[in-house]
Order: sequence, then structure tokens, then C-alpha cells
Amino acid sequence: MATVFSDPFDALLQFQQALDSFRTSGWLSSGPSARGAFPPINIFRNGDDLVAIAEVPGIQKSDLEIQVVGKTIRIAGSKGVGYGEQAALHRRERLAGRFDRAFTVPVEIDGNRVKAECRDGILAIYLPRAERDKPKTIAVD
Amino acid sequence: MAQSQSLEVQEKKELVSKDEKTVPARHYVPTTDIFETDDALTVVMELPGVEKDAIDVNVENDLLRVDARIDFGKYEGLEPLYTEYNIGHFARSFSLSNKIDQQQISAQLENGVLTLTLKKAQEAQPRRIAIG
Repeated sequence: MATVFSDPFDALLQFQQALDSFRTSGWLSSGPSARGAFPPINIFRNGDDLVAIAEVPGIQKSDLEIQVVGKTIRIAGSKGVGYGEQAALHRRERLAGRFDRAFTVPVEIDGNRVKAECRDGILAIYLPRAERDKPKTIAVD
Repeated sequence: MAQSQSLEVQEKKELVSKDEKTVPARHYVPTTDIFETDDALTVVMELPGVEKDAIDVNVENDLLRVDARIDFGKYEGLEPLYTEYNIGHFARSFSLSNKIDQQQISAQLENGVLTLTLKKAQEAQPRRIAIG
């Protein structure tokens, strides 16, 4: 590993950031839609249903935890960046760590029919709308 | 244990180049780790959403070029409601030193991460000299 300097302020900053990321996870709270930073999520509409797509490169399916409660979806896990010990680092741009993020959607979803797929570093969560919340189309005479 | 950055969202950097790409969509610069061991140089790139047959790895004139394409067809029929990141193709190139054996490059794609192993040429590998 390249030369590492031990910086006490760095350790304190990391501790504070870890506390912040737990606080802003927003799980089970009725706050604004999305809290926490990683992973970046795009939400799409497909007819009446919603699809949430997140970029999770380098994360195995077994490192991901997805939970649904009411209208809130929580994505948690850890991302690792591994390299051998004898390696000399030329460039390091990828980040690693734990993440825990929750977002709330404004419509009722059917928790029993939520499906998640993770492929090629993309996590797609299909959020079908709850039957009781589907809008009724009204014909105009 | 210092010098480790915490996990955060890295905004995609758009590719700025003098030449235009033939494909009209946006191109981004993938985050890359490069590290070197005794016998090889390893380049690890994050290419989320890219499939194996959509990647082009090319070595020519000491230049390593990686071009990766996203399949926008998957997003057909989806209307964006809330977006936090951009979606586009990826491209990045590195100039290699002559230490690399350009015939022996292996690549692996797993979970959207491309690992390129570039073996060093025979002469460039460190040799232990025994003291008689």
C-alpha cells in the first residue's frame, strides 16, 4: 500500500461522517423523499408503476439489502474495492464503504409484488402500484 | 487507519475531447483504479450498465482505449420522474509505457466492473540477482 499518514483529524472526520450517514438514512421516517447519498437513484414511471434504478458497480448481490415498508424503500449494503497486497497504487478513484439509503415514493405500492434485479452493476427495483391507489380513467362525454 | 475516503456519490465527469465520437450520445469518464504488481499492471474501471459485448478494448501505438456502450433500449417506455445521475456511454484512454506486453492483455467483467490485466514485458519484470 502506498505510504499512509495517520491523521487524527481524519479519523474524527470519518467518525462524524459515519454518524451522519446513519442519521440521514431516513428509514421509517416521514421526511422528504430521498436521504443519504450513495447509491445514486433514478426513478422512472412505467404506466402506473414505478421503477427505481440505481448504479451499484462492483457490489455483489449478497452485499445488498433491500427492504420495503409502506411507501419507503431502503437500500443498504457495502461496496468493496479490493486489490492485492503487493500492489503499488498508481491511481485510485473508486470509493468503498457501507451505504444505507431510503427513499419515499408519493404513491402507494404493493409490497408483496416488489421485485429487484441486480445485473451488470445496475440495480432495478420494480414497484408495482397498489390496487387501491390506481387512478380511474374518466371518459369525457 | 487514514487516507481512506468514505463512500459518496461521484458525479459522472463528461468526456471532453478534441475529436468527436461517432455515436451522438453523451460520453462519460469511468472511475478507474490502476495498480501495479511485479508482473502486471491492472486497470479496474467501473462501467455500470454495460454488457460484455458492448465493450471495446483496443491497444494501438502504446495507447490503451476503452469504449463502452450503454443499451438505451432498456429504458424504453420509462418516463423519468426523479433523477440523480446521468446515463451515457463511457470512454477513457491511457498511454502505456513500453514495459507492457501489448499482446497479452486479459479482461474480465463482473458486476459492471471491468478488470484489465496487462502483463509486463519479459525485460521489465524485476529480476532477483543472486549474490554468489
